[in-house]
Amino acid sequence: MIKTDALIIGAGPTGLFTAHQLKLIGLSCEVVDNLDKIGGQCIELYPDKPIYDIPAIPECTGEELTNNLINQLKPFDIKFHLNERVEEVKKENNIWLVKTNKSTAFLTPNVIIAGGVGSFEPRKFSPKECQKFEGKSLFYSVKDKNIFKRKVVSIFGGGDSALDWAVELSKDCNVNLVHRRDEFRGAQVTIDKVHSLAKAGKINLFTKYQLAAVVGDQQIESIDIKHDSNEVKSLKTDYVLGFFGLIMKLGPIANWGLNIDKKTVEVDTEKFETNQKGIYAVGDICNYPGKLKLILSGFHEGALAARACFKLARPDEKYRFEFTTSSKIIKERLGVKSD
Amino acid sequence: MTKITYITYDKKVHTVDVQNGLTVMEGAVQNDIPGIDADCGGGMACATCHVYVKEDWFNKLPKKEDGEEDMLDMAFEPKTNSRLSCQIVVSDEIDGIEVDIPSKQA
Repeated sequence: MIKTDALIIGAGPTGLFTAHQLKLIGLSCEVVDNLDKIGGQCIELYPDKPIYDIPAIPECTGEELTNNLINQLKPFDIKFHLNERVEEVKKENNIWLVKTNKSTAFLTPNVIIAGGVGSFEPRKFSPKECQKFEGKSLFYSVKDKNIFKRKVVSIFGGGDSALDWAVELSKDCNVNLVHRRDEFRGAQVTIDKVHSLAKAGKINLFTKYQLAAVVGDQQIESIDIKHDSNEVKSLKTDYVLGFFGLIMKLGPIANWGLNIDKKTVEVDTEKFETNQKGIYAVGDICNYPGKLKLILSGFHEGALAARACFKLARPDEKYRFEFTTSSKIIKERLGVKSD
Repeated sequence: MTKITYITYDKKVHTVDVQNGLTVMEGAVQNDIPGIDADCGGGMACATCHVYVKEDWFNKLPKKEDGEEDMLDMAFEPKTNSRLSCQIVVSDEIDGIEVDIPSKQA
């Protein structure tokens, strides 16, 4: 059981800056995120896209912003629990007991939800029968590529993941690559490689096709793919891989007794506290009159929520507002010299 | 104001007036029309405002950017008349446009 002054759910820009604010005022915190890396939407959805409205930063990409925020946290010792999703939040003796899907448990007076639009999950195929093969012979990520050796693998998608795996698996599997249009959106080198492998007969390329049906009992035996012209082809296949990127799902947050409207959590604008004492929501996931879904708003919300956490974490102390330019104690926390 | 007709998957027809300059996505969100999630808020980064534009209207719209076509690869059951509604700007030219909303966004 981990005890901490505050637990942040979500390691996107808002979660990261909120962690900074908590540490600055002397509170401990830990961060949980379902993704395997820090950065949230910035790193998952638009790492290369330039952002132009971060105050004092004329232009930076999602990845640069994330790296800067991580650098800003360097003076502090903050534990990140990546690849973990918070499943349960419940009150025990006036303190929150939080559990993740990997059974990590936290005891904390303060839970800050900085969850964006929820947790990222793979986008799935549309035919209903796909579900029963999921995790057995149909996958949305590759954990052990050795199971595919000398088998027929049908890969769907047109981005880097689909292309990279088509190239990789073509070495010792029979690969079908199926995509809804002629153009691919991966790195040009990989696209060229796929086309040359297709020419050499190492990859069977099917463009303007989508998955229509999966046939099989326990294991997949074949799939039907449908062309834009409605022509249907049956392909014998052992495994199906789908790479359609990730989608955000609100997930377990919906079950924590919070006031939720249109996938956002209602908060006040003093503490950014929800209807549950000690649970706050900041960034894209929170909602209040005038809410703007901008990164800069998330920073402001996190700064105020952090101050609210102080009261519950240190009930016998008084919070004193200080500037980083002049406070000796803040400079000590930052590990910089005082004048 | 421009008239836009959204047809939800259950065949319900919602015709609303949307201010010029907004997007077809915003028109749906502001009028509480179900089935358009718009998770990323119009940044062409999520493909959850996916619609099917009626053929004759589809051909009248300005062409898709590459980025939109890339995102449509991720959409749920894309078709040849698929668009991201956040990329269709409302103007007098599209007065009367009809879009079908897919059964789900993901």
